[in-house]
Amino acid sequence: MAILVNEHTRVLIQGITGYQGEFHTRRMLEFGTRVVAGMTPGKGGQTAAGVPVFDTVAEAVAQTGASASCIFVPARLAKDAALEAIASRLDPIVIITEHIPVHDSIEMVAAARAAGVRIVGPNGPGVASPERCKIGIMPNLLFSPGGVGLVSRSGTLTYEIVAGLTRAGLGQSTAVGLGGDPVVGLTFQEAVALFADDPETQAIVLVGEIGGSAEEEAARFIKASVRKPVVGYIAGRTAPPGKRMGHAGAVISGSEGTAQAKIEALEAAGVSVVSLPGRVPEVLRGLL
Amino acid sequence: MKLHEYQAKEIFASYGIPIRKGAVIERPEQLDGLEIPYPLVLKAQVLVGGRGKAGGIKMARTPDEAQESAAQILGMTIKGEAVRRLLVVEAAEIGAEYYLAFTVDRAARRLVAIASAAGGIDIEDVARTTPEKIVKHHVDPTAGFHPYNAREMGRAVGFGGKHLLQFAAIAHGLWRICAEMDAELAEINPLAMAGDSLLAIDAKLIIDDNATFRHVGLPRNEELTELEAAAKSQDLSYVELDGDVAIIGNGAGLVMSTLDMIAHFGGRPANFLDVGGGATTENMAQAMSIVLRKSGVRALFVNIFGGITRCDDIARAIAAQPPAVPMVVRLTGTNEEEGRAILEDAGIHALTDPESAAQEAVQLAAGAQ
Repeated sequence: MAILVNEHTRVLIQGITGYQGEFHTRRMLEFGTRVVAGMTPGKGGQTAAGVPVFDTVAEAVAQTGASASCIFVPARLAKDAALEAIASRLDPIVIITEHIPVHDSIEMVAAARAAGVRIVGPNGPGVASPERCKIGIMPNLLFSPGGVGLVSRSGTLTYEIVAGLTRAGLGQSTAVGLGGDPVVGLTFQEAVALFADDPETQAIVLVGEIGGSAEEEAARFIKASVRKPVVGYIAGRTAPPGKRMGHAGAVISGSEGTAQAKIEALEAAGVSVVSLPGRVPEVLRGLL
Repeated sequence: MKLHEYQAKEIFASYGIPIRKGAVIERPEQLDGLEIPYPLVLKAQVLVGGRGKAGGIKMARTPDEAQESAAQILGMTIKGEAVRRLLVVEAAEIGAEYYLAFTVDRAARRLVAIASAAGGIDIEDVARTTPEKIVKHHVDPTAGFHPYNAREMGRAVGFGGKHLLQFAAIAHGLWRICAEMDAELAEINPLAMAGDSLLAIDAKLIIDDNATFRHVGLPRNEELTELEAAAKSQDLSYVELDGDVAIIGNGAGLVMSTLDMIAHFGGRPANFLDVGGGATTENMAQAMSIVLRKSGVRALFVNIFGGITRCDDIARAIAAQPPAVPMVVRLTGTNEEEGRAILEDAGIHALTDPESAAQEAVQLAAGAQ
């Protein structure tokens, strides 16, 4: 078991003929992902990274049975790409693209919800389940299979913590990056709920950062319904209010979104919050 | 991107929202040619908040008072931002003050309309102390926001008769601004009763930076320091802070946690700099030149976890131009061995553990004092 993806997931790459799309398609294939189709309008009939390319998502799905999507298209075209994937009921739809306008994200997320499919991202590294499936751009070599479920708003910080877990002999069931934008599809609460229901996942690592209140909402859910151990880390304790720290969503607005508020909410929910990312493995080991 | 009040008011007026037009001046002498009846209000045009409390808004009853206040405000610096322009408007005799805004509700993942009969003050304070005075309507993106939604909100705020119709027209106009201009925030605070009509006394408009490609005619306002602007022109994400340990890392989350590590070990970060995913040797060289230009930097800490970014590319930039200040490099991930070898050849030893590297950077900065 894993969350969101498994060894049967059949992946379509939207924007496969671009540099990033083709490069990461090769890495996904090396990981073992079943990438069955690519799609770039006007380039149907070609191949990219050895994968057949289609003009429309509908054709790709009809001919290859694709069930999930990974979107690499530029920001100004990303909403259209997502709506096309939603129309074909692909699930999950992982959006790697950064700098998508927030009004577009609101529209995509609402459309996905109405169609009963899940968007992961935008502006995230995607999802990976070791030895089964990776959709996105996480480096292949970090992972080892096991019982830790990790959910994060950040890319490199996820890699840093996954690498630390692997070094400590703590394998992962699935790692999922939610994305650094203010409005994203899959939330902390939804990811934590999936891990709580996944029999393979024995413990959960939640990596948050300043901005918004998604960590606080997850904390309320954990307190009410999660019995598995949870370790938390929040980045941005030293961030000044009003400044966007790299991610569009990493900003303290007024009194909302401080690291302190998130840490307090998680601790009140029984989560073991560490002060440095390198401390995750030892604290986790103590809880297993 | 935040617009100045006078820029936002021009847009508001073009959508039929009632404002006092006024004039924008850059020198007190320019008051002479204005045909605006006294008393006047002089308002500093700055992008930072809190200008009223800082003395950036003044009423003037006579031309002499206006000259004096204009000279005073135009010489001010409010929270680090020099006042370059004043908006001069006829003072309005106002009664009740209301609040009206559209903004992004991150948790609901929708746009939300917010209105209140308690206007003229910080809406966060109203939400905290008297939440019952706040009316909210989350906009379903498939349905939009229609005049009837605006009238329903107006009723909930307490409007009736012609004031209800005025409010609804203003609220629907503000919605169209929000939707058509990709606003993160479109706000009127206060929306005031002036005589027998509603009037937007202030105007705030923040456009999504990611959507400016759809709005080519917009002014370009920068709230950035000189170094932040230089970094932005190179597509580097840089925030200037007030410490002495310069930081370069890759990935927003990793860099935030790097700042936290420096603080954890008793140091003070001088900046946030995310060199980005897949950073090249050239990107890294530019990043180093920017963080080292800030005065008072005593040490440089480079924290790279190579994924798409390759450690050898990063190492080449460091080896080509080692900084004048003490430096600690933490390098791990893709092409780590090659990167390490390049640095060793230049006499630089890279660490792998981020915590010990952060500790060393803090010690170096302290020792360099």
